[in-house]
Amino acid sequence: MEEKYIKHRYAPILPKKDEWPVVKLARERKEFIKKVAELAEVRILNQTGKNPEILKEELETTLYREKLRIKQNPWDVDPDDEGQFWGEVKNSLLQINADSSLTKTKRLEAYQEVLKRITSRYAEEIASNFKATHYKFTRSVVTYGFSRLLNAARVKGFKSIFSNQYTLQDKIQITGQTDQIRDLATKGTIVMVPTHFSNLDSILIGWIISVLGMPPFIYGAGLNLFNISIFAYFMNALGAYKVDRRKKNLMYLETLKTYSKEAIQFGCHSLFFPGGTRSRSGMIESKLKLGLLSTAIEAQRANYQQGITDISGKIFIVPVTINYHFVLEAPGLIQDHLSMTGQERYYRENDEFSTSYKISKFLVKFFTKGSDISVSIGRAMDVMGNYVDEDGNSHDKWDRLIDTRDYFVSEGKVTVDQQREEEYTHMLGKRIVEEFHKINRVFSSHLVAFVAFELIKSKNNKLDIFDLIRLPLEDIFLSYEEFKSSCQRVLNRIFELKSEGKIDVAPHLTRSMDEIITHGLDNVGMYHAKRPLIRDKKGNIVTEDMSLLYFYHNRLHGYGLEKLF
Amino acid sequence: MDMASKNSSKSKLIGVVGVGSFGTAIANMLAEKNEVMVYARKQEVVDEINSSHTASGRVLNPSIRATFSPEELCDACDVLFFMIPSAAFVEVTQTFAPFLHPYHLVIHGTKGLALNLQKGETLETVTKLHRSQLMTMSEVILQETVAVRVGCLAGPNISKELSLGQPAATVIASKYNEVILEGQRLLRSERFQVYGNSDIIGVELSGVLKNIIAIAAGALAGLGLGENAKGLLISRGMVEMAHLSKALGGSVQSVMGLAGVGDLVTTCNSVDSRNFTVGYRLAKGESLDEIMQTMEEVAEGVNTIRIIDAFIKTVGIRAPITENLHRVLFEDLSIEEALQFLMKYPFSVDVDFV
Repeated sequence: MEEKYIKHRYAPILPKKDEWPVVKLARERKEFIKKVAELAEVRILNQTGKNPEILKEELETTLYREKLRIKQNPWDVDPDDEGQFWGEVKNSLLQINADSSLTKTKRLEAYQEVLKRITSRYAEEIASNFKATHYKFTRSVVTYGFSRLLNAARVKGFKSIFSNQYTLQDKIQITGQTDQIRDLATKGTIVMVPTHFSNLDSILIGWIISVLGMPPFIYGAGLNLFNISIFAYFMNALGAYKVDRRKKNLMYLETLKTYSKEAIQFGCHSLFFPGGTRSRSGMIESKLKLGLLSTAIEAQRANYQQGITDISGKIFIVPVTINYHFVLEAPGLIQDHLSMTGQERYYRENDEFSTSYKISKFLVKFFTKGSDISVSIGRAMDVMGNYVDEDGNSHDKWDRLIDTRDYFVSEGKVTVDQQREEEYTHMLGKRIVEEFHKINRVFSSHLVAFVAFELIKSKNNKLDIFDLIRLPLEDIFLSYEEFKSSCQRVLNRIFELKSEGKIDVAPHLTRSMDEIITHGLDNVGMYHAKRPLIRDKKGNIVTEDMSLLYFYHNRLHGYGLEKLF
Repeated sequence: MDMASKNSSKSKLIGVVGVGSFGTAIANMLAEKNEVMVYARKQEVVDEINSSHTASGRVLNPSIRATFSPEELCDACDVLFFMIPSAAFVEVTQTFAPFLHPYHLVIHGTKGLALNLQKGETLETVTKLHRSQLMTMSEVILQETVAVRVGCLAGPNISKELSLGQPAATVIASKYNEVILEGQRLLRSERFQVYGNSDIIGVELSGVLKNIIAIAAGALAGLGLGENAKGLLISRGMVEMAHLSKALGGSVQSVMGLAGVGDLVTTCNSVDSRNFTVGYRLAKGESLDEIMQTMEEVAEGVNTIRIIDAFIKTVGIRAPITENLHRVLFEDLSIEEALQFLMKYPFSVDVDFV
């Protein structure tokens, strides 16, 4: 029984692009940036207790770190006048420090002036460059180009390149609460939180959003991606704003948070990768880094503070999982993971997506060979993780209607309590992880990788993960029969979990076990030079790369399935 | 109560659920500075409080009003103190759940554990007891209600001494500063100091685990042993509490605090406490059944020993005092044999948890 996927393109929920929040934001870009810079300035001032000495220290720390970054870790995207700007900041600080005639108030004002210059610069740097025309163009390029490739590969004959027999939606299946997200997007503001395994995710999600007929979402994309021109074009077109992970200073982080919060309050649907960065281990993160998630909670509270208590001011969190048979960056990611957990050593981001050539090669492979992707849209929740109904009302576990505003109320009034909101962010993070596990869709490739790795581990139960990965490959083989019976055992448990609503499975897992295994082996990490799992000439199951096997195995981590071995 | 005062946020009352000895003492302390409403399940207790200002003979501040309606209490109060025995905790919490809102602050003063098992399962039928299957009282509140701003009250607080107005202190633990500050504002007085702690699980566990040691202290007294033995017990008991607390998700620091060591010393010296009495009578040769028959209320420590014993067997850690008390209570080991066993146990390291 193959289940029906959504194959039609949805009608746009806002047909006129002038009504798109992201277009409105682009129109008011200048004022918006100014507002963000000012609000960030106020936040930082409050954090320093309006004490000129503390503010001075923060300014000097920021200056020092920025100078260091410019020297040690420059990127192509960095603007040319960076050195000059920070040189001016340095001069201004020296001048204020040297001027002993200034009163405390005057001194604070002078420092504040410098602060204003910094937050304005950061806000400008972060802001997205969305252009509706580029968006339209990108969307048609993605859809048209991809379907050409697809049909060229699958439909035989000279005219194949013009065939429309296959569309992108045959490759990428969308399941789950699609109607709900479309509906709520017209009523309130959506914050989508997908799992993050590959750099391809942001483009994929952008495409999904457009297929679902929703206006583009804004999201924070790593500035490193803008180093690659092809990506930079896509990102800008998709409404991305820029997150520079090299800048960890207070001023930058506060400006970034303010930008995100204000954009949500503006009504822009947003996209956060709550893991912060791609999952290095291949696991669904059990502990999210949270990062910008707190800004969703802040924006919700601010809306209540302003008296917007109807659905137009409500923020909906929608978890999404993206399921792949194959993650292009897997070899690099898992190496990072192992070296990070293995020993604490300095760690630099290394990108397999470093050249346009590699990406194009991957895309051609992806569309000409059969590897499917599925995207599951989860149920919408309020910012406290309660499910919401079609009118956006929150329900508790017993289906009682509750008011999300009450979470922010003390003594009858909405109050600002940063520590409270930090706790709420943790709670929301936990709820998102729970939902990820529920909507995660098991593929045949996840199953075979999981079973093979666990069998190898149980045969070498004295070895830790690092020794396991160093095992001589010629010593590792599993008899097909043993492998098959273990797969069956794990699959049975997965179906049990599914019946309890704790996991989801792809339709191909209802085939016979031999077919599932064949399908899994054909697909697991299929484009890697060294395959994580294959069947050798004697019919045994063997691996060509233990760490890749570990990576794909990790996808089923967190369900207690290890106990079956 | 008229509707006007009910809906105005300024005139919100402070709620206390349960009028046992501790609940009454806290209600009276709260009533010194605030208007208080208490909840009791039985109509006659409510009537007794409202007409003669006593609850089962214990004197209550005349300004305290009583109700048997959870809804009325939840409507009238933003802050609720749950002061109920652990055996009734889940049930009472479920009774209140439909009327609680996310704006409620709930602080409990219950030192016990609850089980989180599937329907039809009991402690006897489950072969293993994992951390997820046992809950502290704050975890019960979080699971059963929509209240999230939850705190607990723990420390050496013998109700009798509190009622006499003798100096004492307590810990309010919560993940939320707001809850700690509110608890301090409401309870602090010249005779009552209130400390804050963000490790709510650690503080709750300290209060729970010290009941085990209190039973052991009673047993030592029953055997006629002296202060050396008590010192030994308190010190080893604290080490055991630290290890257990850590295994259950609390921090070691909290065991060192008022809710841990502070309460441990008090309880091990308080001959009136139920836990102490259980140990004392065990040492005098009575069986658990005989003791239970003549006790009005259950000693929390007995239930705690059963739960913790099942937990340590599941996760494979050792807790010699708890294990041996379990054997005495439920497996017919004599108290003398248990003491012998403990004296021979290879405790070679004095402090191994900091």
